[in-house]
Amino acid sequence: MKKLAGFLKGYRKECIFAPLFKMLEAIFELIVPLVMADIIDKGIYEQDKNRVIYMTLVLILLGVVGLVCSITAQYFSAKAAVGFATGVRHSLFSHLLNMSYTQIDTLGTSTMINRMTNDINQMQTGVNMFLRLFLRSPFVVFGALIMAFTIDRRLSLIFVAVILGLYFVVITIMYFSIPLIKEVQRKLDEVLLNTRQNLSGIRVIRAFCREKREIEDFSKKTDDLIFAQQKSGAVSALMNPVTYVIVNAGIVVLIWKGALRVDAGELTQGQVIALYNYLSQILVELIKLANLIITINKALASGYRVIQAFDTPNEVWDENEIGKTDIRTTPEANKTTMVEFDNVSFTYHNAASPALEDISFKAGSGEMIGIIGGTGSGKSSLVNLISGFYDADKGKVLVGGKEINRNNKKEILDMMGIVPQKAVLFTGTIRENLLWGNENADEECLLEAVKASQSADVVESKGGLDAKVLSGGKNFSGGQKQRLTIARALVKRPPILILDDSASALDMATDSRLRSSIRELSYKPLTFIVSQRISSIINSDRIIVLDDGRIAGMGSHEELLGTCEVYREIFQSQE
Amino acid sequence: MDSSDLKKVLRYTKKYLPLIIISILLAFVCVAATLYVPILIGHAIDHIVYGKVEFDMIRNILIKIAVMVMITAVCQWIMSTINNYVSFKVVRDMRQAAFEKLQILPLKYVDAKAHGDIVSRIISDADQFADGLLMGFTQLFTGVITILGTLGFMLYYNRLITLVVVCVTPLSLFAAAFISKKTYSMFLTSSTTRGEQTALIEEVLGNEKVVKAFSKEEEMLEKFDEINERLGKVSLRALFFSSLTNPTTRFVNNIVYAAVGFAGAYACINNNMSVGVLACFLSYANQYTKPFNEISAVVTELQNALACAGRLFELIEETPQPAEAENAYVLKYAAGKIDIEDVHFAYTEDKPLIKDFNLSVKPGQNVAIVGPTGCGKTTVINLLMRFYDVDAGSIRVDSTDIRDMTRESLRKNYGMVLQETWLKAGTIKENLTMGKEDATMEEIIAASKAAHSYSFIRRLPDGFDTKIGEDGGSLSAGQKQLLCITRIMLSLPPMLILDEATSSIDTRTERHIQNSFKRMMEGRTSFIVAHRLSTIKNADVILVMKDGNVIEQGDHEALLKMNGFYAKLYNSR
Repeated sequence: MKKLAGFLKGYRKECIFAPLFKMLEAIFELIVPLVMADIIDKGIYEQDKNRVIYMTLVLILLGVVGLVCSITAQYFSAKAAVGFATGVRHSLFSHLLNMSYTQIDTLGTSTMINRMTNDINQMQTGVNMFLRLFLRSPFVVFGALIMAFTIDRRLSLIFVAVILGLYFVVITIMYFSIPLIKEVQRKLDEVLLNTRQNLSGIRVIRAFCREKREIEDFSKKTDDLIFAQQKSGAVSALMNPVTYVIVNAGIVVLIWKGALRVDAGELTQGQVIALYNYLSQILVELIKLANLIITINKALASGYRVIQAFDTPNEVWDENEIGKTDIRTTPEANKTTMVEFDNVSFTYHNAASPALEDISFKAGSGEMIGIIGGTGSGKSSLVNLISGFYDADKGKVLVGGKEINRNNKKEILDMMGIVPQKAVLFTGTIRENLLWGNENADEECLLEAVKASQSADVVESKGGLDAKVLSGGKNFSGGQKQRLTIARALVKRPPILILDDSASALDMATDSRLRSSIRELSYKPLTFIVSQRISSIINSDRIIVLDDGRIAGMGSHEELLGTCEVYREIFQSQE
Repeated sequence: MDSSDLKKVLRYTKKYLPLIIISILLAFVCVAATLYVPILIGHAIDHIVYGKVEFDMIRNILIKIAVMVMITAVCQWIMSTINNYVSFKVVRDMRQAAFEKLQILPLKYVDAKAHGDIVSRIISDADQFADGLLMGFTQLFTGVITILGTLGFMLYYNRLITLVVVCVTPLSLFAAAFISKKTYSMFLTSSTTRGEQTALIEEVLGNEKVVKAFSKEEEMLEKFDEINERLGKVSLRALFFSSLTNPTTRFVNNIVYAAVGFAGAYACINNNMSVGVLACFLSYANQYTKPFNEISAVVTELQNALACAGRLFELIEETPQPAEAENAYVLKYAAGKIDIEDVHFAYTEDKPLIKDFNLSVKPGQNVAIVGPTGCGKTTVINLLMRFYDVDAGSIRVDSTDIRDMTRESLRKNYGMVLQETWLKAGTIKENLTMGKEDATMEEIIAASKAAHSYSFIRRLPDGFDTKIGEDGGSLSAGQKQLLCITRIMLSLPPMLILDEATSSIDTRTERHIQNSFKRMMEGRTSFIVAHRLSTIKNADVILVMKDGNVIEQGDHEALLKMNGFYAKLYNSR
């Protein structure tokens, strides 16, 4: 929580003034019953009409001053809350952007999005309410107590009893109802799951004629929900009647004792009325406080979730070390060891068995390397290690003769043209998407990349490079997106090109044209092609066959057919 | 507010009418008692005058107060419990009706709608409606009764002061309405900006790996910050202006209080009123303005709730798929003769897809469907399973039009494995026995061995009883597909539809399953959609589709001889 409180630092003035003005407002409210007591005791009993007029004006003045104070407080608290949320949002976003692949996997996308949106909004509301009410409510309650104390010390004991009683009741009810409310939320989530599942599986459900069973399931879930709702409702419904009884019991005692004191000449009638008013004020304020506590609870829960995201460590590197070595120009970069794996093993976070084990190979400029294997054999993991997205647990990954470490990661990434498995385009235009590869690319470079990636017809059919790309690239088909993401990587003119199963939606003919145009690229990149299809890698200079995270064979197609059992099986299965 | 929606809501509440009447009666009792208490307190205070304190009177009054308070408390609690019960039940009934409707809606509707939209109708809209309904029950009734009751009491005691109160109170309503009107557009801007930001967050964080691959973190952060700054500004304005409502209405309340105090004090001085009554009036002045503020909030809430209910009703009232005839034919274990005659079909009227489709399949034949994406392969499956009805022509199974038989019996005769696997949250076993609930453990194991899912299921923490989350949870796409295949191998229906059933399974495992597949397809009419030509080659009939039309039809050899589209496809691999 300390970390989050730091975001309020820039708003120290607001954080002090907001509650302060709220307190002033409360003070003016607390004076009102005193003024009224004066009207009754002095104005009415002494028949002093001027005093009544004068005091009424005081009441109005108190109202005006209260209004001004309250508006000032609202402004400061809104400013602090919004500023706080804006700051947290910025920091969290930047934190999330700097996480490694491992951390992205651990945290999960939907969690990150939820933290960024719902949780921070919840916190904004929490801060706002906190600044507005948290000081005000106790202040009014205790202020009323003190005022009562100044009027009559003995009767104010009733106040102490009432406040303690109310406090006890509110806490007890909350203690029982908060877990019940959470239970309701859980049950509602189950109903949600049921509905969503029913929609996503509608074909299967109807194919298996399970509609009736689904309805039964659903009504069981809603029954559970309603049961939880009623339980939590019954407890929450106690709040109002019980607090009402306590305050009125206080009033009854107050009037009785008050009567005794008035009879003894120790108290006036107006003062009894004033005490009665203070008790009513306490009731109103406590109800507000109870609502506030619920809001604060929600905000705190959100706060913990945000802190959890902050606590997921992100990548750190030494700014001074970056860019000290230019890997592109090291002597190894242009020879046979552009990329080298030396006994590399790698296990995903929380995974039981390693994704890659004892991988060793070397690859040089201009080579085309095919990587093939079944699902889960470690193909994608291997290329992700080349780009430094994940770090090897054992062994070394060298690019251009340098071992990848956190300080040269950015630089190494700069050498890579990566086409990920999931073809993603970003909102904007085709041109903007292609420029991701290289901001300074000229028209010629873009067109070359478009041509080589076989997407000239895509660009043409959409009306040129400046055609719009809608969110998620939904105005492009899977194959079109794949080709454009290849173009995006080629715009970089990268020394190392990685195609991670990125031609799966292309037909065989286009796929083959794509490969030959990559071969003809003037800058001769070292190319890695990951695929499930033999036909995509059959012409590679070398093929790495992966089986369960280990290299089962390496060599050309012909060699492998002779030596590698796994490769032969894959080949035969696709014949 | 749509009055027809209101009528429909009332129809759902009819069942609970006695309870609602009790609740309203209790509300009356509650309010009357609540209003009576300040009067009693006023009376009591009138007896507290120095030198003339009448303890007997006061004691009697205090006992009365205690009784009233107890009555109020008990009534209030019973009332809230009833209100909770009724509103939760009503919403539950509506939810249930919507969900049941969902099971008989044509797939056309479900496919065309965003699932998130339907889900939000059944979940959040229903929930908001429940909240609104509850608030309406508890606060609208009591609020209105309180206002009327207070007015009555006040009129009875002092007309002038009542007039003052009645004149000043609406000010707070006006103020509240004025502010909310002004802030509406601010909220709109702020929520559009928020939407813009959420879209960016989803795009960037959803594809963070790509962003990182191109080192675009800085640029994305800049883009985000620009929106974030704007959002900060607009939401500050919206938040501040909307938070003016409370201070303003409170201010009006204070003015009312001062006015009552002033008028009351004058009345007391002129001996038109006792001090006790003034105390009572002052307490009313507070009570009277409160329901006013609440009611304006409740009315907005109710409008919102009704809008939510309206969206739910839209779903409930959607036209269902055509009902089955009473005497609809029940297809027993089909022989598997399928005739498709002159079928025309389009998803949207202006874009005809399938035209003049003819095919007859003999029992036990294998039909392979090939063609480029979007050619209508999936549509044929939709028509065979009667997920969609043909626009013209007919499909007959064992010489009966499928529209003349029950959907259930038709679908039970098909075993379907789709490219997009679907598993329910539950145990592996529950998912496997979906088509055959009384399957024995031996049968399940045999089926899973045939589908090559046994080895990985066995390795799961609880084997067949392992619970999996929504949509298979942590299982890989290939494993999910193996489970779906196991499901069919267990139920073994007479006809099969396999739509890219092995697309996520690597080719080696697929090869191992092939034998079991072959055995399963023996004697069963089957439709296979596949990319891999090796799977297609052995089919009895190959349909080559393009743009919704069957352009070539025949077995592998015949199609190669035709030297058309299929031959080109086959030779290009």
